[in-house]
Amino acid sequence: MAASAASYKDRQLLAVIGDEDSVTGLLLAGIGHVTDPPEAQRNFLVVDSKTENTEIERAFVNFTQERKDIAVVLINQHVAERIRHSVDTFADPFPAVLEIPSKDHPYDPEKDSVLKRVRRLFGE
Amino acid sequence: MSGAVGREPVFPTRQSLGLMKSKLKGAEIGHSLLKRKSEALTKRFREITRRIDEAKQKMGRVMQIAAFSLAEVSYAVGGDIGYQVQESAKQARFRVRAKHENISGVLLPQFESYTKEGINDFALTGLGKGGQQIQRCRETYARAVETLVELASLQTAFLILDEVIKVVNRRVNAIEHVIIPRTENTIKYINSELDELDREEFYRLKKVSNKKQRDVAAADAEILAARQKEAERLAQNGTPAQEAKKAEEPEVTDVLGEQEDTDVIF
Repeated sequence: MAASAASYKDRQLLAVIGDEDSVTGLLLAGIGHVTDPPEAQRNFLVVDSKTENTEIERAFVNFTQERKDIAVVLINQHVAERIRHSVDTFADPFPAVLEIPSKDHPYDPEKDSVLKRVRRLFGE
Repeated sequence: MSGAVGREPVFPTRQSLGLMKSKLKGAEIGHSLLKRKSEALTKRFREITRRIDEAKQKMGRVMQIAAFSLAEVSYAVGGDIGYQVQESAKQARFRVRAKHENISGVLLPQFESYTKEGINDFALTGLGKGGQQIQRCRETYARAVETLVELASLQTAFLILDEVIKVVNRRVNAIEHVIIPRTENTIKYINSELDELDREEFYRLKKVSNKKQRDVAAADAEILAARQKEAERLAQNGTPAQEAKKAEEPEVTDVLGEQEDTDVIF
């Protein structure tokens, strides 16, 4: 079983990858966290049209696989779309990857990797 | 080897028949238990799926409201606060902790959000103007994030349950379609072998008793013939008693000789 108690005990933080507005709003809610100075790491990444896909991918891998203190990764759906392969292949229960809508891109349930599985399971 | 499932490599003895019978019983109990577990999990799974669907719809609405309140903020502040917010974020105020819930032996984590008191990275944000809007925006976003956390725990439960249900169903099918038929086959095999042995044994006994009967009949015929001869001889000679005894005695010991003597134990 993937979910041993130790694997999520010290996961306390949320991470976010998204456009500026989403990140600002979520930071205002108080999820922003910067680790202590030597190799300070932020738990958020602002993506705009100039951000490279590799950078998004690196941040995603960092949040999902390298850091052990993140419980939920929030990612804008249009950003997830750009690294769809990585998002779809990531199937571990921890951290939970959640696709959220952004201001400019309304939410499309058809693209969500989890909802896709839900739909497939129920044959809709 | 009948059917595709085959049988287990055992010797056809009564002992292994007993073993196989108890194994079959165990497999049947296990099958029904696992089936029930799978049903309980599936029920839960469907419920979670439904709730995920609902929560996703709700998330869409909540995020829309939150985005709108952020727009209000940038209108009131009159500029972009994004940079300032990103730079002043230091410690997470909003955190989650995981509890777990036990669904028929499967631990499902549930995230629970809590705010760590005493951390306020944005004390100075909106100090000039728009402080009230920022405050409201923070509250709206905090509510939105709570919804997101709820959704995240549902989603995690969904992923774990999905995996567990697959494993349980695989076990149920393995028991139903491999282990039970194979054990039944083995029992059938052992039974047929034992029957075979029984028949063999019966046949052998019958053969032996036939032989004995034949021997006895032969011995009887001999005795009868001897007596007749004796009688004839007596009729001719006229000295019945002694001769008859002489003739009969060895025959009597012969009849007794067929039975074994009881062992003498010292």
